[in-house]
Amino acid sequence: MSTSQAEELHEVRLHVNGSVHEVRVPARRLLSDALRHDCGLTGTHVGCEHGVCGACTILVDGRPVRSCLMLAVSAVDAEITTVEGLTEPDGSLSPVQQAFADCHGLQCGFCTPGFLTTITAGLAENPDPTEDEAREMIAGNLCRCTGYQNIVKSVLRASEIQAEIEAEIEAGTEHERGDA
Amino acid sequence: MKPAPFAYLRPATLEDALAALAGQQGAKVLAGGQSLVPLLSMRLAAPSMLVDINALPGLGHVTTASDGVRIGALARHADVLGSTEAAASQPLLAMALRHVAHPTIRNRGTTVGSLVHADAAAEMPMVLRLLEGSVDVASVRGRRTIPADELFVGPLESTLAHDEIAVEAWLPALAPGAGVAFQEIARRHGDYALVGVAAHVETDGGEVTRARVGFVSVSDVPVVVDVTHALDDPAGAALAELEPADDIHATAAYRAHLVKVLTPRVLADAVHHARERKTA
Repeated sequence: MSTSQAEELHEVRLHVNGSVHEVRVPARRLLSDALRHDCGLTGTHVGCEHGVCGACTILVDGRPVRSCLMLAVSAVDAEITTVEGLTEPDGSLSPVQQAFADCHGLQCGFCTPGFLTTITAGLAENPDPTEDEAREMIAGNLCRCTGYQNIVKSVLRASEIQAEIEAEIEAGTEHERGDA
Repeated sequence: MKPAPFAYLRPATLEDALAALAGQQGAKVLAGGQSLVPLLSMRLAAPSMLVDINALPGLGHVTTASDGVRIGALARHADVLGSTEAAASQPLLAMALRHVAHPTIRNRGTTVGSLVHADAAAEMPMVLRLLEGSVDVASVRGRRTIPADELFVGPLESTLAHDEIAVEAWLPALAPGAGVAFQEIARRHGDYALVGVAAHVETDGGEVTRARVGFVSVSDVPVVVDVTHALDDPAGAALAELEPADDIHATAAYRAHLVKVLTPRVLADAVHHARERKTA
């Protein structure tokens, strides 16, 4: 490819947080950059750019994945969830986000989007983790402020909040049954 | 840190993928990308074209039969680790996969991709060699099976030709009377091992009839040492064939020390595993 020639662009349809984003990107565009630059979703943070720090973690079909280790062109068939997609439909904080607020789980906040996505998927798989399991859950994410103790507390608190919500829903259904 | 430009193809059939590879000497295969994409970003690799195999049908399987486990080229490490049938057929798979990077990487990285990436610091190439498995590869010239002993030739170098795609790996089932074990020491959870050791033993009435040990991160290629006749000093026999090296993570002397500590420990675990299976 000569430098005078423009790089070939690919039409890519990304499914992010329930919306479709049509973007035109070169093949080498990392998914992390496509989300930030082309979709305007700057909640996904880019730290090390080689898969070590975990800041750019997103959910691909519900599983946590490093967005800096995927090419945008390779993400066409994927259902992507970024940190922006974690909030409840009414805009309120998700249990994991609420727990981070409750437990001072973030300081500078740079690593936080990666932790929030990782923990959201982790709790879906294991809703009631022990402290050791909570630590294991976040072992692939780095916090440069070293705020790990409060992040572990946030995992455990998020699990509590989820259980409370589920108990409320269950009580609500029983109440409805009682009315019927 | 951005990759250099490359052409990109996402074929829908294996035939199209093989034809594309055959027509472009500088093309590379993209599967999980967990090793390739960092190499691209750091510009340690600059292929002219990537052939993305993620849209190919029929390669995501992890199937278990009486002869062992077959893993398709698009099965993620997490899929293999999540298969209870695979773990029952060949327990070393799950024992080793737990040490492959972090769960987030295992969700995207493929086991077959890790095998043909042929990193001697990675767990799975050594496991394939220790278990005497094989990899099936396809090209426009046809298909062939490469036994693990003939797969690894140098650092990050396998015997796949540039136009071949690894489509499936086979890992044999653990025979009755056999046992396996795995341990590794890493600086941090999820890091590459300073030293990793796996053992495979065969027993007959409590007697060890065959014992082999595989090593991670102490040589340029995955090394397996037969210690059947060196059970009194297996680490000594192993070190005669290993080449521990200095790097920023550990000295050669420390790696040799870890080989001495881990080898007898892991062998004992494997013998214990064989006996446990017999009584189970």
